Amino acid sequence: MPPQPGRQSRRARNRETAAGQTPFAALLRLREYLRPYYWKLAAMLAAALISVSTEMVIPLLTKAAIDGPIAKAAGGTAAGQPGASLLLPIALAALALGIIHVGLNFYRRWIQASAVTGLEQHMRDDLYAHLQRLDAGFHDSWQSGQLLSRATTDLSTIRRFAGFGIVFLITNIFTFVVVVLLLIRLNLGLGLLTGCVFLPVSLLCLRFERRYRVLSRRAQDQQGDLATYVEEAATGIRVLKALGRRDQAAAEHGSRAGRLYQTQVSKARLRGTFWASLDLVPNAAIGLVLLLGALAVGKGQLTTGGIVAFITLTLLLVWPIEAMGYILATGQEAATAAQRVYEILDTPPAITDPPGSAAGQAPSGTAALPAASTPAAAAAAPAAARRGLVFDHVAFSYPGGAPPVLRDVSLDLRPGETVALVGVTGSGKTTLLQLVPRLAEVTGGAIRLDGTDIRALPLAQLRRRTGCAFEDPTLFSASVRENVSFGAQEATEEAIEQALAAAQAGFVYDLPWGLDTRIGEQGMALSGGQRQRVALARAILTRPEILIFDDPLSALDVHTEARVTEALGEVLANSTALVVAHRPSTVMLADRVALLADGVIAAQGTHRELLAAEPRYRELMSAAEPGEQDGPGPDAADHGLTGARR
Amino acid sequence: MTEQTTAAWRGIAAEEADEIPPSLAAFLRLRSRRLLTSLLRPHRRTSLLILGLIVVANIAALAGPWLVGIGVDDVPALVRTHDANPLTLVVIGFGVAVLVQAVCTRNFIAQIGRMGSSVVLELRQRLFAHFQALPVAFHERYTTGRVISRQVSDIDAISDMFDEGLDSLVSAVFTLLLVGTGMLLLDWPLALVVMAGFLPLVWLTTWFRRESALAYRRTRETIALVIVHFVETFGGIRAVQAFRREERNEEIFTELNEGYADASLRSQRLLAVYFPGVTMVGDLAIVAILLYGGLRVIDHDMKVGVLVTFLLYLQRFFDPLQDLSQFYSTFQSAAAALEKISGVLDEEPAVPEPASPAALPARSDPAHTGRGVRFEGVRFGYREAVVLPRLDLDIAAGQTIAVVGATGAGKTTIARLLARFYDPNEGRVLLDGVDLRSLSEDELRRQVIMITQENFLFSGTIAENIELGKPAASRAEIEAAARAIGADEFISGLPDGYDQQVGKRGGRISAGQRQLISFARAFLAAPAVLVLDEATSLLDIPSERLVQSALRTILTGRTAVIIAHRLSTVEIADRVLVIDDGQIVEDGSPADLLATDGEYSALHTGWQESLA
Repeated sequence: MPPQPGRQSRRARNRETAAGQTPFAALLRLREYLRPYYWKLAAMLAAALISVSTEMVIPLLTKAAIDGPIAKAAGGTAAGQPGASLLLPIALAALALGIIHVGLNFYRRWIQASAVTGLEQHMRDDLYAHLQRLDAGFHDSWQSGQLLSRATTDLSTIRRFAGFGIVFLITNIFTFVVVVLLLIRLNLGLGLLTGCVFLPVSLLCLRFERRYRVLSRRAQDQQGDLATYVEEAATGIRVLKALGRRDQAAAEHGSRAGRLYQTQVSKARLRGTFWASLDLVPNAAIGLVLLLGALAVGKGQLTTGGIVAFITLTLLLVWPIEAMGYILATGQEAATAAQRVYEILDTPPAITDPPGSAAGQAPSGTAALPAASTPAAAAAAPAAARRGLVFDHVAFSYPGGAPPVLRDVSLDLRPGETVALVGVTGSGKTTLLQLVPRLAEVTGGAIRLDGTDIRALPLAQLRRRTGCAFEDPTLFSASVRENVSFGAQEATEEAIEQALAAAQAGFVYDLPWGLDTRIGEQGMALSGGQRQRVALARAILTRPEILIFDDPLSALDVHTEARVTEALGEVLANSTALVVAHRPSTVMLADRVALLADGVIAAQGTHRELLAAEPRYRELMSAAEPGEQDGPGPDAADHGLTGARR
Repeated sequence: MTEQTTAAWRGIAAEEADEIPPSLAAFLRLRSRRLLTSLLRPHRRTSLLILGLIVVANIAALAGPWLVGIGVDDVPALVRTHDANPLTLVVIGFGVAVLVQAVCTRNFIAQIGRMGSSVVLELRQRLFAHFQALPVAFHERYTTGRVISRQVSDIDAISDMFDEGLDSLVSAVFTLLLVGTGMLLLDWPLALVVMAGFLPLVWLTTWFRRESALAYRRTRETIALVIVHFVETFGGIRAVQAFRREERNEEIFTELNEGYADASLRSQRLLAVYFPGVTMVGDLAIVAILLYGGLRVIDHDMKVGVLVTFLLYLQRFFDPLQDLSQFYSTFQSAAAALEKISGVLDEEPAVPEPASPAALPARSDPAHTGRGVRFEGVRFGYREAVVLPRLDLDIAAGQTIAVVGATGAGKTTIARLLARFYDPNEGRVLLDGVDLRSLSEDELRRQVIMITQENFLFSGTIAENIELGKPAASRAEIEAAARAIGADEFISGLPDGYDQQVGKRGGRISAGQRQLISFARAFLAAPAVLVLDEATSLLDIPSERLVQSALRTILTGRTAVIIAHRLSTVEIADRVLVIDDGQIVEDGSPADLLATDGEYSALHTGWQESLA
């Protein structure tokens, strides 16, 4: 058989490497997305560095002003005139610096915006496209919220770090070093002291950020928990009301809300301590500078303007130091986010086109017969003569060593034949159906379409030849037309009308905007039966060779069901169909019935034959309670079957 | 605003309006403010404490630069006289100010956080309880999505305001006031120069506020579209893949994502203009102070120290304004959220509790657990459409009655009136002669239980879900209920048995099994009257058969109303009603009705055929 186990283990291995990748390595891998923006990044960095430098010069100008013209005048020795004339150029220089500073800031933010937005957008597009290629089994194993948070929160985290974080990580280190050097130049001892006072603040900030993030995450979890409960209480409001469990629900809600309250209070307390100490440290440093600075002035080692410049420069240190904690924590978070995103991007699709067939070259039209050149077709040569849909010793089990759902299913569907699949809940009927369009992959045996292993067909071709309607009809927030023509953009208006007519979905013309009415989650609400009929129209729209129906009429009332059954008879006559049935009325659609039990096809035959010969089938299909043996008579069965066959 | 218009806009009505007349806006604001006042009232003392802390913290913060200024002026004295005392005093004063500031700031932030969290907690609980109390009719109109978003995103918006902004807002306001006063006292001409910087700043901030509110809304809208498409795609991935929808989806997604990127770019560019603009104003102010102040010092009009103090104050003066504008969008969304929430809280339960609940009579026949039900001239309609023109119906205690008829005939309405999800427009529904409206909610729910096909399971274990029928039921009672219903077999077969978590969407439990659990729930509750609304329509035949026999067990001695469109359920009924257009067209025992040539016998024949 094809190398299924090998494929499986390669996937498992790959997941492992993705998970085993360190966050930092994942962060570095973001380079591939940053590459188009290298020039912009460089420009941002340059702008930021120059802008910070101008910021540092302004205090020095202040010093020049105070020590120069002002001090001279204040000293009272000379007349005001020369001082005043000196003051003006200094002020003008400060003004010029201010303008440069602001201009560069504007420039940096402007290009940063387009670069990081592009980065985020590009990553999100890639993530979405990749997720669409991953198999249904993958999506089952992930909670949808988990995928969504990767596509939204994680990508925003990365965006914030990529723009702001990277630039300021470098700029802030630069600022710190230069300012401390300037301080040392002003006064060696005082400069060193200030540098030493500030360095630990960075660590304090980092510690705070970490602790705060732990609390924030806890609060988020609790918020999620609370939201889940709110959601359930809203969805289940009729149950709660019918049982009169209002107080109990309020108590449950209250206890969850209370836990969140506790976390929020701890957060506020931590925030208070942090902000207070952030004010405390630079202020203490200023006090120290004032005291020691004054002593230095006394000894003639420092000028008055020097103290002012010193204090102003010291204030310049506050922000970069504070921000370092934030930036490092953001960097950490971005790294984790990158790791989470790559975990998905690194998962290879388990179900792919056969090797050697580029999807683009897939032969068009449904008449494409087995391409003799593909290896799998050669393997299937002996069976090539048999047309139709063939299940050849098919087995399926979920990954992780669960007992097999399907053990050994062999079933032949001749072209144009309709087979009903019957079995108890959980017997694997739905799973078997999903193997046909390769929504899940067989783990043993093979499914052949006109003699070709379906794994040797390009996916697009296989799925074009197959039409599906599932038990839970999935509609999307789009117009009725778009929902029906779903995968077949080329479908004509006429074909859509025919499909709707065959599915007895004429009600859509009565919707406010007819076929253009938006339905689905964000649009008009349809009843379960209406949704099922729209989904049915979608499945039969292109008149595919193979139809796969999973209990397609379960939500219809008796009258509508009868009408749909009749209309479907014509459609089914031209297709090979496999229909999961829970009720005799659905079985009526079929030429033949297959009973699925214990992972194998336990019996096949007409409805009547099985009712007569197969107790397990009688158990499933006869409404009479066990013990009351007067099930439906053979006459009734005959009547039904001929009705469906016509 | 007249009484009448106010009444028209009561409750949630304003949520649907696109344009809101000014008089209504005033009314809505007043309503929000009343709600806010009622929430804050218990915290009056904390508010005063917070106010005190913030004033002290700000005064201490202002003292710092002022002391530095004095210190700088003391330096020449120190140089000349070598008298260190004045400077020492200044430094000590500075130290004290710094400590006071730190302590007050810490407590202020912690206190305001605590107060905010308790207000939010109170609001959450009020809102949740209120939603639970509002009638089913309200929930049907208001939709689950809105109920959730009121309680999740709107409350979060208010919580964010307390959590992220309120402390900086309050402190920004006080800083502005105090720093402004301090500067005016120190040197008013120079202060006026600084304050002139306010004009461009206010102009810039107003512009930014307006634009960013628009941009913010645009990003929220566009990301919502991205999220909806994302969730739909992967929720229906099987349909997407089976119908080769991937390419078209990718086109749509790229477009939506592009829309979001544009919106996000726009809001970032607003910041790119605003923040450098604010810095520019600050830089200009420094130049102005240097120039003007410097000249004044040269003219011996002012001390160097004052100039230094001003330069330091400047830093504290313009920052709060940025905080204020940052906070504005948070504040706006919180205000909008509060307005909507106050609307919901304003909705009155249309099915109110009686002022003095009536007691039910002692059971007429102690052998029976059921009670008699009587519909007396009941008329009911949803808005304009009349569903039941006039219904008179007597159901004897212990009788099982089946209601059949076409979709829209009014079957479900009968069930819902009996469960008092609605009240009749005219007439009465009586339980053993007592009007349902005069029973207390608790008593009513003990007596009447309705099971629908919406067999919703709450997350938690299976046992917990059954226990919902009778809080604090013992494990033995729960298991006995499951056994009586025939659910024991499949539950025991689950990996964790009764402790199996049902997972978010009911886990791997099939529709039929879920229905069995909700039956077990009702069995445990042991009501006098049981209403089944299409309760078995989702079951497959083996499960339905199981439920049939379970139903016989539950219904013994109880009064039951069964709404069904599959006739198999009807067979256990003592009496069948055929409803057409809100009228009873046939009434009798199943056997009697079969014998006639009516509606029921036609339905029955059709059903027999479908069973085949």
